[in-house]
Amino acid sequence: MQEMASSLARAFELLLSLDPVLYGIIFLSLQVSGLAVVAAAALGVPAGAGLALVRFPGREAVVSLLNTFMGLPPVVVGLVVYLILSRSGPMGFLGLLYSPTAMIVAQTILAFPIVAALTHAGIASVDPIVKDAIRSLGATTSQAARMIVIEARYAILAAVIAGYGRAAAEVGAVLMVGGNVEGYSRVMTTAIALETSRGDFELALALGIVLLFLSLVVNLALRAVQKRGALVR
Amino acid sequence: MTLSLSAAGLTKIYDGRAVLDGLDFAFQRGKVHAVIGPNGSGKSTLLRLLSLLDPPTRGTVLFHEGEESVEAGISVRRRMAFVFQRPSLFNTTALRNVEAGLAVRGRPKRERTDLARAALGRVEMEKMTDRNGRTLSGGESQRVALARALVVEPEILFLDEPTANLDPHSVRIIGKAIGKLRDGGRTTILLVTHNIFLAERLANRVVFLFEGRIVEEGEASAVIERPQDERTFRFLTGELAG
Repeated sequence: MQEMASSLARAFELLLSLDPVLYGIIFLSLQVSGLAVVAAAALGVPAGAGLALVRFPGREAVVSLLNTFMGLPPVVVGLVVYLILSRSGPMGFLGLLYSPTAMIVAQTILAFPIVAALTHAGIASVDPIVKDAIRSLGATTSQAARMIVIEARYAILAAVIAGYGRAAAEVGAVLMVGGNVEGYSRVMTTAIALETSRGDFELALALGIVLLFLSLVVNLALRAVQKRGALVR
Repeated sequence: MTLSLSAAGLTKIYDGRAVLDGLDFAFQRGKVHAVIGPNGSGKSTLLRLLSLLDPPTRGTVLFHEGEESVEAGISVRRRMAFVFQRPSLFNTTALRNVEAGLAVRGRPKRERTDLARAALGRVEMEKMTDRNGRTLSGGESQRVALARALVVEPEILFLDEPTANLDPHSVRIIGKAIGKLRDGGRTTILLVTHNIFLAERLANRVVFLFEGRIVEEGEASAVIERPQDERTFRFLTGELAG
């Protein structure tokens, strides 16, 4: 108990002293998860919107698949990305294994189904009467699609935030494809795992506090966005 | 020349039941038609088919400009407008809601804003332009919806129970706006309503719909005061169930 208290005190000290190792890890984490969520949004929002707006055979199956992939086990994603990027893999020539880029790829794959599925759900749940109103105003198909997406904007923003939450909290996949190399591919989650296994709780706790704080920020943002979107339905 | 509207053999079948059953009717240009009838008589379905929101199972909706027939498509749609019974505003300000139809038609921003403000004035909502449509009361929301329809200067206006469950103040304002439109004589209006008083006050013509068919139609005061069909009489006196 006492050890935990002193570790906690030390953790705050590290945070307050702007320890360069600690902040290096934090910035890399933000960078990797940030870029991953940008990529996941760039792919997932159009995919989810397309699924919600365009009717085609097999659409239901794709939606089910996407919903299933929302719970993709990170280690499986890590394994697959590893196999693809490893030297003998199909993309091995890129030499990306054990790099931040590989981590971004893994996190993008994890966040994509969440962004796409929640975007789809958000657009699909736009009130049919609003869709009727859009059509009655004389909107063309593409104008109507645009207006429906705008109507679902808060749900889409919530989808992207949820995707970020998934990417930032993930450890297994980035550990496998990033290699947890100090000063290069070590992010908050992988550092916590490592430091804990070493019994070095100060840095782990300091990073844990930051992760918790970020998670809080993400959740507050999510709630604020959902509140705006739910305005007197 | 403004558009005229008629139905030819208009039929809509839902779950094996004919909600509209081979309806033939020509609406009079520039007149207010109150469509009345018991619940389930096909009033709302009729409006949805005529406004091209839903396709008929059989039959057609015909548009004419003078003698010329006009193809039912996006350009016809842009000459019509619809006010729904349920709140249908977009999750944005009242002003932007009213601008939407103009934006769809590619009108420039400045013009859009001016026209939308003026339209909101017609329904006495000029002081609430910046309020989000979703935070308005039922009556306020419906007045904005009416402004959103009026601003595009529709030649045909569909109103599906526009005053149902609204506060008396909003009912009065909406009634007044529709009355002005009627007096202008340039807009063909189809008003579905359960409110016989509103129908009598606003409509030139009354169409009584029963089980998907037009049972009686004529001058508003004539149909309401001296119905010829026994079913119309029973409906107006409240003896017809539904």
